[in-house]
Amino acid sequence: MNQILFKEQLSPEVFRMRIRAPLIAEERQPGQFVILQLDTEFGERIPLTIADADPAEGSITLIFQAVGKSTKLLGQMQVGDKIANLVGPLGRPTHIAKFGTVVCVGGGIGVAPLYPIAQGMKRAGNRLIMVIGARTKELVILEKEMRAIADEVIICTDDGSYGRQGLVTVPLKELCERAPKPDLAVAIGPPVMMKFCALTTKPYAVPTVVSLNTIMVDGTGMCGGCRVTVGGKTKFVCVDGPEFDGHQVDFDQMIQRLGSYREQEKLAAAGCQLHGEAVQKGLQE
Amino acid sequence: MNTHAPESLQEAARAEWSRLQALPQPLKPRDRLAIPPQEIPAQDPLARAKNMREVALGYFEEQARVEAARCLQCKNAPCVQGCPVRIQIPQFIAAIAAGDMAKAIAIIKETSLLPAVCGRVCPQETQCQEPCTVGKSLKSVGKAVSIGRLERYAADWALAQGAPEAPAVAPPTGKKVAVVGSGPAGITVAADVRRAGHAVVLFEAFHKAGGVLVYGIPEFRLPKAIVRAELDALRQMGVEIRTNFVVGRTRKIAGLIEKDGFDAVFVGSGAGLPKFMNIEGENLVGVYSANEYLTRSNLMKAYDREHATTPIHAAQRVAVLGGGNVAMDAARTALRLGAQEVHLIYRRTEVEMPARVEEVAHAKEEGVQFHMLQNAKRILGANGKVTGIECLRYELGEPDASGRRRPVEIKGSEFQLEMDAVIVAIGNESNPLIEQTTPGLAVDKYGHIVTDEHGRTNIPKVFAGGDIVLGAATVILAMGEGRKAAAAINEMLKG
Repeated sequence: MNQILFKEQLSPEVFRMRIRAPLIAEERQPGQFVILQLDTEFGERIPLTIADADPAEGSITLIFQAVGKSTKLLGQMQVGDKIANLVGPLGRPTHIAKFGTVVCVGGGIGVAPLYPIAQGMKRAGNRLIMVIGARTKELVILEKEMRAIADEVIICTDDGSYGRQGLVTVPLKELCERAPKPDLAVAIGPPVMMKFCALTTKPYAVPTVVSLNTIMVDGTGMCGGCRVTVGGKTKFVCVDGPEFDGHQVDFDQMIQRLGSYREQEKLAAAGCQLHGEAVQKGLQE
Repeated sequence: MNTHAPESLQEAARAEWSRLQALPQPLKPRDRLAIPPQEIPAQDPLARAKNMREVALGYFEEQARVEAARCLQCKNAPCVQGCPVRIQIPQFIAAIAAGDMAKAIAIIKETSLLPAVCGRVCPQETQCQEPCTVGKSLKSVGKAVSIGRLERYAADWALAQGAPEAPAVAPPTGKKVAVVGSGPAGITVAADVRRAGHAVVLFEAFHKAGGVLVYGIPEFRLPKAIVRAELDALRQMGVEIRTNFVVGRTRKIAGLIEKDGFDAVFVGSGAGLPKFMNIEGENLVGVYSANEYLTRSNLMKAYDREHATTPIHAAQRVAVLGGGNVAMDAARTALRLGAQEVHLIYRRTEVEMPARVEEVAHAKEEGVQFHMLQNAKRILGANGKVTGIECLRYELGEPDASGRRRPVEIKGSEFQLEMDAVIVAIGNESNPLIEQTTPGLAVDKYGHIVTDEHGRTNIPKVFAGGDIVLGAATVILAMGEGRKAAAAINEMLKG
C-alpha cells in the first residue's frame, strides 16, 4: 500500500508521482483530494488534490510543488518507498454535467487537479476551453494531456517565455466577451489567481467554480481548521467543498488564514532543506 | 480540592487501615461513615501545568482498601442504577476491601470493556456516585464513595500485572462485520462481536486508532498507553484495525455490504462538526475550535515542538469559550503549551457548568482564570489576526426549559480583553459525511442517525451508536450503546 510506483520531476520544484492506492483509485471522482502524512508519530497531515487515477493499475497520480517541509521530504522520496499514511478520496466530487462551453483556468500546480475535471467535462459533452498559466515556460505542466482533450488551449506565462505574456485573467475576460459567452468557468490555482478569475467573470455573470486548498487536519469535518466564509456563511472546505461558487468566497480572509503558520512553516522548510542537502551531500561523498 | 504530597496520603491511609483493623469486625455503618474520603494523589499543580504527564496518579493500595471500606454494601445498590452499563459496583468494591484485586477487575470486566478509561473520564458524580448512600448520609456527593477511582485502581492493577490473556473467541462463523470508527462505541462493538466468532474489521479515518480517546482527551487526563493497551487486546482477539479509511468516501456503506461482503455494519463515527458562535471575528487567524486545538496537540503532538511537524500557535493570552470538559481540556492544554494566561469564559455560573467537578478543580489549581456570567460578543483582530475579545456581562434570570436559570445579558456591559488566541469549545453538530453518502439513511433534524433501542437503523444490516446517534455523550454511554448494538448484531448473525 501507498508505494511510489513512478516519479518524475516536472520542473525544479514540481513532481509527479504515481502511488499505489487501489481503493482510492477505484472510488475517486474529479475534484476530490487525499491527505497524506509521512511519519505516523510526528508528521503533519497535508491535503493534495488527485491529478489522475488508474483503477486497473490501482494507482493515483499526485502532482505537487515541494514548498513546505512535508512536500520537500516527499519530493526526496524514491520509487519503491512507501508513504506512511494516505487517506481519501476526500471532499465532494465536482458537479459534472453538460453545461455547454466550459472554460477551465489552471494556474501553476493548479492545472493538476483541473485535469480530471476537464476530462469529466469533456466526456459530459461540453466544449472545453483550457487556459493554462505559469510563471515561466518550464513551469507549464500537463500541456500535452490538456491539448489531447481540449477544443482550445491558451497558454500564458508571466515572463512571456511561452504562449502569451501576462495573466490568465486577460484571456478569461476575452472569452467572457465572446458571443456566446462561456456557460461555466472552473478556476484552480493560487488563491490570488482564483480571486481575480472570479472578479473577472462576475460582471459577465459567468458561473465560476473554484477549488480551495486550505489548512486541514482531519479532512472529515471534525476540526474546522479549513473553514472559509462563503456568501457570508462559514463553510468547511473538507465536507462542504473543496469547490465553491467563486463569486461568494471571501478570498482575502482565506488568504490570511492560509498564512496562519507562515513563520513556523518557513523555519520547518528551511530545516528540511538543510537536512535534504546534508543527505544529498552524504550520498555524493 | 487540596493537594497533599502523595507520600503523606499513603501514610495517612496506612494509619487509617490499622485503626480500622482494631475495630470490631465487620465494621458498623457508623464506623464506615467516619472513614475520611481518600484524596487521589496528583502531580503538584504548578509543576504539572508545564508537562503533559497524567495529573491524577491513582490510589496507593492502602488508600484503595480504605476507600473501599467506606462502602456500605447497600442491598438495593443505588450506584448500580446510576451506572449506564450496570457494573456490579458493591461486589467489586468488596473485593478491593478484601485485597482481592483479581476478583475486583474480573467483576468489572463482566460488564465494562474499558475500565482504565472509564475510571478516568466518566462523570461519576452525576452517575454512580450521585445516588451513593454514603454521599447522601454525609450530605455531599463529593463525599460519596469514589467508585471511579476504585475502578481505575483495579484496572491499573490489572495492567501492571502485564498483558492479560485475550478474551476467548468463539469458533469462526464465516460472517464478517464492519465497525466504523475506533472510539469507545466502535471498540466495544468490535470486542463483543469478535467474541461471538465473527470476523471484525475496525475502520478508522485517522492514521491512529482510538477516536476521541486519542485525538480529543489529552495525555494528562488519559495516557495514550492505556488506549493502546485496549487496542492491542482487540488485535490479539483477531480484530483487524484499518486506519486511513473514511467510510462514506474510501468506501460507502453500501459498498462495504455489496462489494466487500460485510454481513453487518456498525456506524460509530462520533461527534462531528465543531460549533462556532457565529460572532464577528470568528475566522481570524488564532481562533480555533477546541477539536482542532486538541487534535493538533494530542494526536499530532504539536506540543512536542522539537519533533512534531504540525504547528500550533504559541499564544501568550488565550481565551476559551465554554464550560464543558472539552473547554477544561483546551484551557489546560493551552497552559501546557506555554500560555502565560488562560481565561475561561462561560455565560452561566460554575454551578451550571457541564464539566466534571474534578476537571474544574484541576483547571483552577493549575491557574486557569474563570470568568463566570460573561460571554464573547465579538473577536477583535488586526491584520487578520486575533488581538482580543469583547465580552458582555450576564445575570441569571428565570429558569428555562432545561430548569437552569437562563443567563440574561446586561445591556451596555461590554468590556474588552487582550488575547492572542481564542478557542471555541461549545460543542459539536453531527457530521454529515455518512448521511451525505448513504442514500435513504434516516436521520433526525439535527443529523443524528435514528436507531431503535437495539441500535438498528432503518437500513437492513446497518447499526449505529455513540455520539453520531446520541449527540454529545460520554465514553460510558457510547460503550453502553455499543454493547446493545453488538448484541443485536450477534443475534442477527446467529445460525
